[in-house]
Amino acid sequence: MSPRKRQDPMDAVPDAARAARVRLRAEGLTLAYDGTPVVHALDLDIEDGTVTAIIGPNGCGKSTLLRAFGRLLKPAGGQVLLDGRPVHRLPTREVAGLVGMLPQSPVAPEGLCVADLVARGRHPHQTWYRRWSREDEAAVERALRATGTLDLAERTLDELSGGQRQRAWIAMALAQETELLLLDEPTNHLDLAHQMEVLDLVLDLHRDTGRTVVLVLHDLSLAARYADRLVAMKDGRIAACGTPAEVLTEKLLREVFGLRAVVRHEERTGAPLVIPLSRHEAPRPAPARDAATDAAPPLGDPV
Amino acid sequence: MGESGTGAGMSAAVETGTAGRRAERGPGRGPVPGRTPLRAGPVSAVWRPRAVLVPLVLALLLAAAIVVNTARGTSALPLGEVAEVLLGGGEDRSRIVVMRLRLPRSLVGALVGAALGLAGAVIQGIARNPLASPDILGVTTGAGVGAVTVIVMGGAYGSVSGPLADVGIPAAAVAGALLTAVVIYLLAVRRGLNGYRVLLVGVGVNAVLASVLSWLLIKADIVDAGRALIWLNGSLNGAGWDTVRPVGWALAVLLPVALVLSFPFGALVFDEDTARGLGVRMTGARAALLLTAVLLTATATAAAGPIAFVALACPQIALRLARTGHPPLLASALTGAAVTVWADVLARTAFPDIQLPVGILTAALGAPYLLFLIVRSGKARTS
Amino acid sequence: MIEALSAPVPAEAGSPRRQIAPERSRRRWAGLLVLLALVALTLLLSIAFGAKPLSPAQVWHGLWQPAGTEGDIIIRSLRVPRTALALVAGAALGVAGALMQGHTRNPIADPVLLGISAGAGMCVVGSVFLLGITSLYGYVWFGFAGALGASVLVFLVGTAARGGAAPVTLALAGAAAHALFTALTAGMVIFDRQALDTYRFWTVGSVSGRPLELTWQILPFIALGLALAAANAPGLNALSLGEDVARALGVRVGATRAVGMAAITLLTGTAVAACGPIGFVGLVATHVARYFTGPDYRWILVYAGLLGASLTTAADTLGRLVARPGELQVGIMLALIGAPVFIHLVRRRKPVRL
Repeated sequence: MSPRKRQDPMDAVPDAARAARVRLRAEGLTLAYDGTPVVHALDLDIEDGTVTAIIGPNGCGKSTLLRAFGRLLKPAGGQVLLDGRPVHRLPTREVAGLVGMLPQSPVAPEGLCVADLVARGRHPHQTWYRRWSREDEAAVERALRATGTLDLAERTLDELSGGQRQRAWIAMALAQETELLLLDEPTNHLDLAHQMEVLDLVLDLHRDTGRTVVLVLHDLSLAARYADRLVAMKDGRIAACGTPAEVLTEKLLREVFGLRAVVRHEERTGAPLVIPLSRHEAPRPAPARDAATDAAPPLGDPV
Repeated sequence: MGESGTGAGMSAAVETGTAGRRAERGPGRGPVPGRTPLRAGPVSAVWRPRAVLVPLVLALLLAAAIVVNTARGTSALPLGEVAEVLLGGGEDRSRIVVMRLRLPRSLVGALVGAALGLAGAVIQGIARNPLASPDILGVTTGAGVGAVTVIVMGGAYGSVSGPLADVGIPAAAVAGALLTAVVIYLLAVRRGLNGYRVLLVGVGVNAVLASVLSWLLIKADIVDAGRALIWLNGSLNGAGWDTVRPVGWALAVLLPVALVLSFPFGALVFDEDTARGLGVRMTGARAALLLTAVLLTATATAAAGPIAFVALACPQIALRLARTGHPPLLASALTGAAVTVWADVLARTAFPDIQLPVGILTAALGAPYLLFLIVRSGKARTS
Repeated sequence: MIEALSAPVPAEAGSPRRQIAPERSRRRWAGLLVLLALVALTLLLSIAFGAKPLSPAQVWHGLWQPAGTEGDIIIRSLRVPRTALALVAGAALGVAGALMQGHTRNPIADPVLLGISAGAGMCVVGSVFLLGITSLYGYVWFGFAGALGASVLVFLVGTAARGGAAPVTLALAGAAAHALFTALTAGMVIFDRQALDTYRFWTVGSVSGRPLELTWQILPFIALGLALAAANAPGLNALSLGEDVARALGVRVGATRAVGMAAITLLTGTAVAACGPIGFVGLVATHVARYFTGPDYRWILVYAGLLGASLTTAADTLGRLVARPGELQVGIMLALIGAPVFIHLVRRRKPVRL
């Protein structure tokens, strides 16, 4: 099994056929902040109609990659292609009509109510003279309904719980009515129940409307549960890419996260479950450093 | 591979590393790297070579500035002659010119600069903000309002002169500074002092005082207004021995006080909760230090008017020179003194025909530096 | 794909706007009417009251049937011009303050506190005293240059940190810019008694003693600034969600900032050139406006303009009444009114988030 995209059987498919299935793609993408490269010559295709989760340790370049996909960051090398065109040559407004993006922990001005926040998602569809058309109205209502925030419409964001607030932000991105949706850690700072609530919502959207969703997630088990494809990154490069079962192996966890863990499989869905091991419950007393130099010692058998 | 350094692996590496270095360093350097002890009987301190070297170099720079500044004037004296006089020799004629006429100007500059540098260091330490200073807090503007009130009101029947000018203006400046500080304190205190709140309240108070100042200026006779404006921009012109003495005394008393009170500084640079955890009584210590800083500012302003940005920039320069965690007090005072006297040299060299107030020059140099600091600290937070 | 979501909404379902906002929308329009009435009221008061008490009949006479009496002259050559200038400059400063708060996302932004007025002032003073320019059309350009330079400086500082600078950073940057520009201005006038005399009356910020033509002269600049501000409002709304979200929503951040900066420059530069540095109008007007409208800049800008106009006019009127037979200049009055508002803002336990 080789998770690298390059060796994917899909490569056999002619380019034209592939183009139909892949709207968003990174080619030799290098990203840098102030000259310091964060992502190195990375190739990645986002398949249409899938939920893709990007995982990886802190500082591996996940959010940076997502920002480049959302045209928020200009590549230092290579390019991001949207429908075969380099996204940085496209007008901001056109991209905004195709790709919706929700950054990590966005901030809203005090006293903004949910309906107004969501209505601001209609910005790419508005002009200076057409500020609140019927389509705008309908789209905002759909977004509010889909996220279950219609009842909260008149409440200000400050009054909401973390999960409600996150749903309101997602509603704003939804109101943009783009087929591609990029979410940067939408479950950040939420308790487990609220994480599930948000991810269920994402899955609903995906199932009901066939939206392509790319999200950055920290919780590996949740990523495995909700995503069709996982992309594991380390040090600005893709370490593995494929279905959750292909990617989430004990070997990969050790290599990418430096984490000793047991991977089990959830009974009903068969999704991989990551059970991290504490240093204190190591099967043998050897320091972790030595364990790492060994060739993948059996820490537990996958079921 | 080999990247899976967990907590245990990392700390083990660190331990062996230190052990190795300790062995190399040999005995007498102490077990904690970077904190070589200096002990004599019951007294103990940490040996920091920069803490001695930096003040020494600064003192030399200050001495050079005083010599150069004293040499300048209607009839320029050779530098060697000035140095000779200052060391106690020299001809009688040059002695009179130097000691009577020119030295006080440089001495006032040095003392005022030292007081401002020290005050700035204390306030920046308390506010934990490199951008804080008495000028921005409005304390100097308060002193200005006091002094200008005397200049303007006293000048109703002609310009202020005599004892009213000699005593009244400094006294009013000190009173204005203290009153402003009390007002800021009362407005900013709210379950303890929050450094940021103090600063922002200071900015607000400063704005009001500035408009009061401009009102006083239009109430004044044009001659008084001109005098007031020169005073307001911080000038060393006409500084004599009677100005040197009060500032000298104030510094002699307040510098040791600041040094003793600053003991908790190491802890003050942390936030309120952490410092309390380290056993520092925050509000009391801060209030006492603030009072010291206000008195220093008030004295300096009373002597020479508000010399802008010395209190703000000098502690930052000293901090970078001495590489300490917070603005070093002694080095800040010396930097303030050297910068002020050198600025005066510069003002007198660049504009020999007019008596340009030294404060205009320090503002022109100090404000861009401050803006640079702000941008840089913003960038640092971004990355 | 999207079709599933974009099924036609039944008409009776009603729009969210219709469900959620009729109340507030009505309130905003009503507030607008109240504000217009307020502006009219302050206008009347400003013409009716002053250092010399005039009866309503005299005021009426002076306005509509001037016959050259003392009262008529006071009304026509003193009170009407200063009222007109106060209204126009106040509106400009109110809108400029709202734009600045929006672009810096900082609750304490104000042209004077951030040193922008001082920058404009330095250039105006320099052009008047060093280059000998005396007409408004001559020196207003220098006012623009100074305001632009200072606002670029402050914006650079304000946007150096991700998510906008903390209020304290911006305030300090503004204080530094202010100190720098006022010191340089003082350096220009300090040795010239004539210049000093003009400067000290200019630097308090006043609307008195200016001919009515001046207001006509600044009107085109102010109108252009207000138009740019109006064009800026939707972009500003998106920017209030952060630059990343704004960009994701298709806002061209650089262009939006440039338009905003141009508007701020025009409005502040013109007002400062005409009246001198008047502070706190933008700060107070914007906060009061936001309190009533909520965080929607299309409304905030309108409210802030009207509030700024009436606040400046009212402060000017009050300044004439409290210090009879002299007067307290409007700049001083506004500092006395505005500073407590500012201090209240910074004393709040939770800082205002924009």
